[in-house]
Amino acid sequence: MAVVFLIPGALRELAGNRGEVRVAGAPGTIGEALSLLWAECPAVRDRVITERGDVRPHINIFVDGENIHDAGGLGAPVGDGSEVLLLPAISGGASG
Amino acid sequence: MPVTCHVSPRNGDVVLLVGTMKGAFVARATARRRDWEVGGPYFPGSAVYAMAYDNRAGRRRIWAGPNSMHWGALLRTSDDFGRTWTNPEEANVKFPESTGAALKQIWQISPGRDAEPDTLYCGVEPAALFVSRDEGVSWALVDGLWTHPQRPKWQPGGGGLCLHTILLDPERADRMRIAVSSGGMYVTDDGGATWRPSNKGVRAEFLPDKYPEFGQCVHKVAQAKRRPDRMFLQNHWGLYRSDDRGESWTDVANGVPSDFGFAMAIHPEDPDCAWIVPLESDEFRCTPEGKLRVYRTRDAGADWEPLSNGLPQDGAYETVLRDALAVDALDPAGVYFGTRSGKLFTSADAGDTWSAAFDGLPPVISVKTAIV
Repeated sequence: MAVVFLIPGALRELAGNRGEVRVAGAPGTIGEALSLLWAECPAVRDRVITERGDVRPHINIFVDGENIHDAGGLGAPVGDGSEVLLLPAISGGASG
Repeated sequence: MPVTCHVSPRNGDVVLLVGTMKGAFVARATARRRDWEVGGPYFPGSAVYAMAYDNRAGRRRIWAGPNSMHWGALLRTSDDFGRTWTNPEEANVKFPESTGAALKQIWQISPGRDAEPDTLYCGVEPAALFVSRDEGVSWALVDGLWTHPQRPKWQPGGGGLCLHTILLDPERADRMRIAVSSGGMYVTDDGGATWRPSNKGVRAEFLPDKYPEFGQCVHKVAQAKRRPDRMFLQNHWGLYRSDDRGESWTDVANGVPSDFGFAMAIHPEDPDCAWIVPLESDEFRCTPEGKLRVYRTRDAGADWEPLSNGLPQDGAYETVLRDALAVDALDPAGVYFGTRSGKLFTSADAGDTWSAAFDGLPPVISVKTAIV
């Protein structure tokens, strides 16, 4: 079983210059799949989640096209071959 | 991404570190301080509230705390004036899991004393102090402040609940002061293990008790290097001086158009001389009468004189934030400040005359200076 993460341009250098990272394992949720990603690409973790373990407020995570905000958050299910997009939200960019 | 240019400071040059809402810039000039070159933007799109220059132990290291709205905040350094920057794998300033807190903003970076060249301090939002003893490789929360029983009663100001000022006592290695908006000023005499409020005489217009033990919205505090008992404090309302190392404060808002403001700096050699930029309070927070004026005292606050030669005096509704004013160590002192409208003004004669070095930067949040 594997889950495929598509890495945004801003984080690719931190993921070994990869735009796609395939993690092997049997994650049942996106939270478990992210843990596998952190093991593969530890530098990506702190850019995507806070030290509280929350997804940063201006990051959207899509599993097979569905935003996890609408699908149970970090408990959202993933399956074999799921494609996960980590995307900066359009709300980003410093104000002022 | 924007094209980034660089500067190459030479020995004796003056460097300005300019943090903005959209990235950082590094400017240089010779000691004449007339013609400025600028490098940047670095970290385009990130707000840079904190920058510092560390010249201890032979370093030429710039520190910056860029905060990406997407990817969060962390500390990064450059040893070549911005050409290259570190990008640590792990966020270097993080709250321990046990606190339940998450870093929102890095507000201040302060190199430690010369005698402890590997020590640095960092003030953040939510209001907390971090310390590093290994050149900034690892950082630890200062528990004595975080667990202070008064901390839960601190309230956020307009900029958030931030620890924005760090003052290392020049004479006592175990004494340090910090200021929090809105918690007030706190001092430790035991290296950070215990802290006590230090706000006697500083008013809090927004509280039922106008002179509480703590809870003041202190905007900036400055301490004289040559006479450490002399301090100035710019409050949310109120302009103060202390001659007993902050144990008590006296109102010195004599002849200023407003006692509200953010920025404050003290002369590196003359403890009677300080600069402020008064703003109309409270919601407007722009320079009074549409005139951009820096005010200077040379008699410890008995009088303040407006400095406007070279500054716009017509329709100039500007805002200068708490870290956006800096003074260099040359004689006469160079004074520098940036505005929220992206202008950066410089003076090579202690504020007597001013020039607009840059116009069109993103909103300026912080200005720091150093002699290379």
